[in-house]
Amino acid sequence: MKPNDVILKSVTQVAAVIILTFSIYLFMNGHHHPGGGFIGGLSMASAIVLLYLSFGIEKVRENIRVDFKKLAAIGVLIAIGTGMAGVVFGQPFLTQAFGYRDLPIFGTTELASALIFDTGVALAVIGTAVNIILSISEDR
Amino acid sequence: MVILHLAIILPFIFALLAPLLNRLLPRVHTGWLMLPVPVVLFAYMLSLIPVIREQGDLEGTIPWIPSLGVDFHVYADGLSLLFALLITGIGSLVLLYSIFYLDKNKEKLVHFYVYLMLFMGAMFGLVMSDNLMVLYSFWELTSISSFLLIAFWHKREKSRYGALKSMVITVFGGLAMFAGFLLLYVMTGTFSIREIMGDASAIANHALFIPAMLLILLGAFTKSAQFPFHIWLPDAMEAPTPVSAYLHSATMVKAGIYLVARMSPIFAGEALWLWLVSGLGLLTLVYGSYRALKQVDLKSMLAFSTISQLGLIMSLFGLGSAAALYTGTAQAEFYSKATMAAVFHLLNHAIFKGALFMVVGIVDHETGTRDIRKLGGLMSVMPITFTIAMIGSFSMAGIPPFNGFLSKEMFFTAMLNIRTMELFGMEAWGTLFPVIAWVASIFTFVYSMLLVFRTFGGKAQFDKLEKKPHEAPLGMLISPVVLATLVIVFGLFPNLASYSLIEPAMAAVHPGLLSPGEQFMVSISLWHGLTIELFMTIGVATVGILLFLMHKRTAVLNQPLFAKAILNRSYDGGMRMMERLSGAITRVYMTGSIRHYLIYIFVFLILAIGMTLFSEDALKVDTTGFADMTFYEAAILIALVLSSVSVLFVTSRLTAIILTGAVGYLVALFFVIFRAPDLALTQLSVETVSVALFLLCFYHLPKLKKELVSLRFKLGNFIIALGVGTIMTLVALSASGTRPFQSISHYFLENSYKLAGGKNVVNVILVDFRGFDTMFEIVVLGIASFGIYSMIRLKLKEDGAEGG
Repeated sequence: MKPNDVILKSVTQVAAVIILTFSIYLFMNGHHHPGGGFIGGLSMASAIVLLYLSFGIEKVRENIRVDFKKLAAIGVLIAIGTGMAGVVFGQPFLTQAFGYRDLPIFGTTELASALIFDTGVALAVIGTAVNIILSISEDR
Repeated sequence: MVILHLAIILPFIFALLAPLLNRLLPRVHTGWLMLPVPVVLFAYMLSLIPVIREQGDLEGTIPWIPSLGVDFHVYADGLSLLFALLITGIGSLVLLYSIFYLDKNKEKLVHFYVYLMLFMGAMFGLVMSDNLMVLYSFWELTSISSFLLIAFWHKREKSRYGALKSMVITVFGGLAMFAGFLLLYVMTGTFSIREIMGDASAIANHALFIPAMLLILLGAFTKSAQFPFHIWLPDAMEAPTPVSAYLHSATMVKAGIYLVARMSPIFAGEALWLWLVSGLGLLTLVYGSYRALKQVDLKSMLAFSTISQLGLIMSLFGLGSAAALYTGTAQAEFYSKATMAAVFHLLNHAIFKGALFMVVGIVDHETGTRDIRKLGGLMSVMPITFTIAMIGSFSMAGIPPFNGFLSKEMFFTAMLNIRTMELFGMEAWGTLFPVIAWVASIFTFVYSMLLVFRTFGGKAQFDKLEKKPHEAPLGMLISPVVLATLVIVFGLFPNLASYSLIEPAMAAVHPGLLSPGEQFMVSISLWHGLTIELFMTIGVATVGILLFLMHKRTAVLNQPLFAKAILNRSYDGGMRMMERLSGAITRVYMTGSIRHYLIYIFVFLILAIGMTLFSEDALKVDTTGFADMTFYEAAILIALVLSSVSVLFVTSRLTAIILTGAVGYLVALFFVIFRAPDLALTQLSVETVSVALFLLCFYHLPKLKKELVSLRFKLGNFIIALGVGTIMTLVALSASGTRPFQSISHYFLENSYKLAGGKNVVNVILVDFRGFDTMFEIVVLGIASFGIYSMIRLKLKEDGAEGG
């Protein structure tokens, strides 16, 4: 008989949203407060793992159609790409730039190329963590 | 670039072309295509004789590695000219001989001629080089090509053994010589032999002078098969006979003698040089001639004979170096007679030994054996061969009117002269020299007679032979006939060679002896009066004939005194022992156990760091800069120590994993109170993941043989662990006590917002100031994940098929 884990599933539904939000917060906030791509990525991975734990691998895979192996590769490529951007503008490799712009909703916002780099870090971390756990758990 | 350079490169070009030529002209024996090379070179060398005599030495340079002082510098003087003439002249004859000796259809001719051309070029370059490094390059090339030639019939076990042995010994000596050359370079700052000679008096008292000399001599002795390095030469007789005739009698084995002669101006005047070269030469002479008596194989006999004759030449060059001690020309010239004898015998030996080897090759070729016990009575069947053999052997034995007689007389003269020297303890031991020389000459006489009369004389016993013997084809006879003619010509008219060859060669060996424009007056005459040398020779002949006649009856001579070749056995045993020893040593420490390797690593760590720490007196514990410990720190520390120590004592793995996790979380707490929020966050998540992975591993441990036992206690491990901990603590304490410069963290704190627009300094460092590290760290992560993925998914079965 399959155990009835309705409480787990219900809690997960709520908790996943909170963890995901928190991880995005950690990620976006990294430039000025504790957090950043690494921790943001890890916590997002933990949310995904939680989903796997509660709903099973197959079901999550149907809903999140992301190949985490590719995600890791894309993350690394993004990180290298931001480095190359500096070269394109005639600067040394991995030169980061930042500036303040007036955006419609957010008002005066700081935009930093480091954020893109951090995105690469985050994607690589998510891809790596989930990929490792998936590989091991699918091992027979 | 001079023509000499072209001459040196020519054989190499032909070595390259040989396969192509063979393909283009498949019907022609490759030897015919190669023959023009040595002939042209010989003609060119002949044309140089008057040039060098009249106008002085030739030289030319092509830069090779100018920044290291290595240039392809060629220098032709009397000595190199003599050697070059031998190399090219006997090379031509040997090539001609090999054309008839080697069957076109049965042998891999291209290989043979490629190797032979390589050897010829290397030998030619060797004697022409002025730069030590170039000389060394050619030296090793002769070793390698000789190795290839000895193992020409590589399907035979003995060929491979002989080739390997000669390779090991000559390369050993070559490397020693290389070291000696480097020492010379250290002393003088140049690789040019000419310039080093100019410096010779200045370096004579240098601390490295004697080591350099010994190392170079080691090279010369191994190459020239001097005692006890001669053992490779008899085994090299497995080579085809043209190779034996060329390499192992006329050229390669004389490379060491060339080296001694070439280096003489630098080292002569040193007592050790004189004693070593002449002493070892004499020992080789007497030992080689004695061993030659015992051989039943013709080629082995000739090999030992070569060894002994090389010893003779070597000892003469050693004695000739005495001339450098005297400044007065008359006295110097008195001792330089030894050099004259050496040069003359060098020439003679190359000629008659080449002829003898060719004769033996013919006998082997026509009868199918080289065993003197099976041979006999060939005189009437092979008259021409017999004549040549007789001329060669009589010359070797020192019988007039052949050239060996003259060089033997001169040898005795030199040996007698040395008694009068009053240096280096010569007055006490000098008398031994002529006695040893005389005894060795008797042995030489006897084996020379055995060689001829055992093979060609006596009863015919053709039934024991595989083939019916008959005279060799004409082509095979040309070369030995030419050589035998030369034996007689140089015997009757020795001054033919003395003006053109010996005098310039002597001038090259004794460069300081002559004032400019002077020349050595070498005059060799067949009859030099009733001297003591002549009576010595008569004595040699008398005793020799007696011994030869008694040979069959005398047990002393028949029974080998060295029935078991001690040196060979010690060489073989040494090789085997080295293999076994290195195998044993490797087995002792390469156990395959990672535990052991970790022990080595840790012990090394303890020793290296510990010794540095104490020898440099770096152990300082300075607590002045330390902060005070708070209650929280102390509490966490105690918890941390407790949980880590208890990992060692728990009995179940699960507890150990959980305790490890506890350590991780406590460290995260440390990060919290040391105000590192980013680290704390990361540490928490990573610790969680790793504990989960540990649990996973635990869960998947095999069910069978699952033992939940505590760690066994091992004292060694305990001590090592304690040592590593202590050492690292001491290092940390000493390092934190001394802070020689200010940290750069101020820069980050000040500029993080100004330059990078971020307030989280840690993150700014990670993504901006030091983004490069982060980039590769995520690459590491990616690689780890793909590694895990492929390890789990890609299960190759043993037969290589992909499994599920």
